[in-house]
Amino acid sequence: MSETWIILGATSSMARAFARAVSRNGAQVLLAGRDMKDLEASASDCSLQGAKIAEVVRFDARDANTFAPIVQRATALEGMINVAIFVGSMPTQDQIDADPSLIAGTVTDNYAGPATFLQVIAPAIEERGGGTVVGVGSVAGDRGRIGNYVYGSAKAGFHTYLSGLRNRLTRSGGHVVTVKPGFVDTAMTWGIEGMFLVAAPDKIAADILNAVDKRKDVIYTPGFWRLIMGIIKAIPERVFKKLSV
Amino acid sequence: MIWNKLTYTGWGRVHRATAQVARPERTSSLVAIQAHTDAPAFGMCRSYGDSCLNDGGHAIDMTRMDRLLGFDAETGVLEVEAGARIGDIARRFAPDGWLPAVMPGTGFATIGGCIAHDVHGKNHHGAGSFGQHVVEITLMNGGKLQKVSPSKNVNLFRATVGGMGQTGTIVSAKIKLLTCKGDIITVTERRIENLDHFLEALNNSQSTYTVGWIDATATGEALGRGILEEAETGYGLVPDAKRSKPVPFNAPKWALSNPVVRLFNAAYFRRVPELGRTSVKPITEFFFPLDKLLEWNRLYGKRGFHQFQCVVPVSEAGVLRTMLDKIGNAGLASPLAVLKRMGPGRAGLMSFPKEGYTLAIDFPNRAGAEPLIAELEDITAKAGGRVYLAKDATLNPVHLVKMYPEVAKFAKLVSEIDPDGMYETDQTRRLNIRSHA
Repeated sequence: MSETWIILGATSSMARAFARAVSRNGAQVLLAGRDMKDLEASASDCSLQGAKIAEVVRFDARDANTFAPIVQRATALEGMINVAIFVGSMPTQDQIDADPSLIAGTVTDNYAGPATFLQVIAPAIEERGGGTVVGVGSVAGDRGRIGNYVYGSAKAGFHTYLSGLRNRLTRSGGHVVTVKPGFVDTAMTWGIEGMFLVAAPDKIAADILNAVDKRKDVIYTPGFWRLIMGIIKAIPERVFKKLSV
Repeated sequence: MIWNKLTYTGWGRVHRATAQVARPERTSSLVAIQAHTDAPAFGMCRSYGDSCLNDGGHAIDMTRMDRLLGFDAETGVLEVEAGARIGDIARRFAPDGWLPAVMPGTGFATIGGCIAHDVHGKNHHGAGSFGQHVVEITLMNGGKLQKVSPSKNVNLFRATVGGMGQTGTIVSAKIKLLTCKGDIITVTERRIENLDHFLEALNNSQSTYTVGWIDATATGEALGRGILEEAETGYGLVPDAKRSKPVPFNAPKWALSNPVVRLFNAAYFRRVPELGRTSVKPITEFFFPLDKLLEWNRLYGKRGFHQFQCVVPVSEAGVLRTMLDKIGNAGLASPLAVLKRMGPGRAGLMSFPKEGYTLAIDFPNRAGAEPLIAELEDITAKAGGRVYLAKDATLNPVHLVKMYPEVAKFAKLVSEIDPDGMYETDQTRRLNIRSHA
């Protein structure tokens, strides 16, 4: 049976790896993002990897006018509608301290934009009686840390939104997977100091696909991050506030 | 961030470089990188020596640009980004009856690397070099894209194929795939008792794919003994290739000491029954036998290893005996030694292939290895042969002109494109290539 994957933020390396993985399963993929020329290249790749349909659509988290055409295209295709959200941006905390107005964009890219899109498409997912939403958050959303608490708080908001959406879509047979990656070897983390145990995008994509198949609710990827974040979350606030982890 | 300060090595791990490395994921980022600082590109760093290194400078890691861009099932032409790996392409297309026309001994080599070293495979005697199947290359230098092909910008094409990245970054390429019967391969192995028999067997082989393993520790009567493998693709069902396993740590020195290698090689030789045998396996096991062992370069320990590979003309086959004699007596050889008959096919000014016999041998990086390799290089030069730059970390620059007679033409063209030497690598500096302009 055919199914569609809408991939938001499809130019990121994690999204590319995931798009490739679902293409190999013969899915219909809609690659959504801003760099259309680059998306065209990814669409060719997806087709040659086995995607039944691979098309590009414009998506800008900061421009809600781009949302409806994507929903229209997806509903014109047969089968379940799935969405995977890899959108995000991570200005450094220093940049934000210097220019607090960057917060608005960070919140839009990581939370408000994707949440608005999901709100628009949710009825279409419900109507088909199934479908999966994959929301890529971050371990940074588990606790506010001095190093990147603006980014972390936007991701935390997104996590909470996904939890609510899961509650909603379950009623119509749908499902939501919240993905909390640790450090991933992407263009966003390239050259940033202090990265450790960095995972390859292919590994993250495989973990996500596995979580989709098994209908898991919240995953950490790689899995050991559940343990690390368990410890970090367990530290009492009066101790944590003095740490710089 | 664009630049990341990294220390990296070639596959042999003898030389290392610390460089500011950028890793673009799309063409637009590559433009931005080149606008900042143009630099030599590298892929999976499967070349053994220093052709991928730029110590103290900048470098561009192309492995994230690895997409398939288009395939024409009428002509078999595949357009692909430079960072795509040849083994992934083989696995994707063989079930549909297509294979890259030429594949080197590792599936981890990128398309960019295959072009930049004009690699050859086990079918060189029939199919020629990799570059001979390249229909078009998209190059970027100074942030500008241009297409080169055997019919357009021919000089630049001939300088890019085998040109070790000196003409700019290879962004993508159109390569011609050849039809194959399927994704399995029938391999016939037989023992060969000595060097003369080996040369004769290689000359007489009618197979599409032919390669010889030699026991480089054998001396005297048995000098040059080994196993000849001949193969043809086919269709049918065989168990899937086994999953690759990593070598978990650097091996200790004794692991590849002379007595151990001798014992191993003798056992490996007898593994094939006296009357030979034929087996059927997944193509990847034949083409990329060592890829089953990820990071196998760790077997040589922390100090790394050298691979010496030369080609000598057919008429000079006698020097192979001299070389094997020296190698056998030096007690330095590893189990990895390969002998092949090479055809004349080559596509670039600096391409390695040449009609003759090519010998490739690994040496652990121990005392005596570099002097021995220097001797082998001298013998190669005198015999009118050449050393493969994809493997090289030691060549004496005085041999360069004799081995690569078109180096002056190459250097001249490269100096015009890159007057400031932004694409220079540790290897081009060591070999003083630009001085020939």
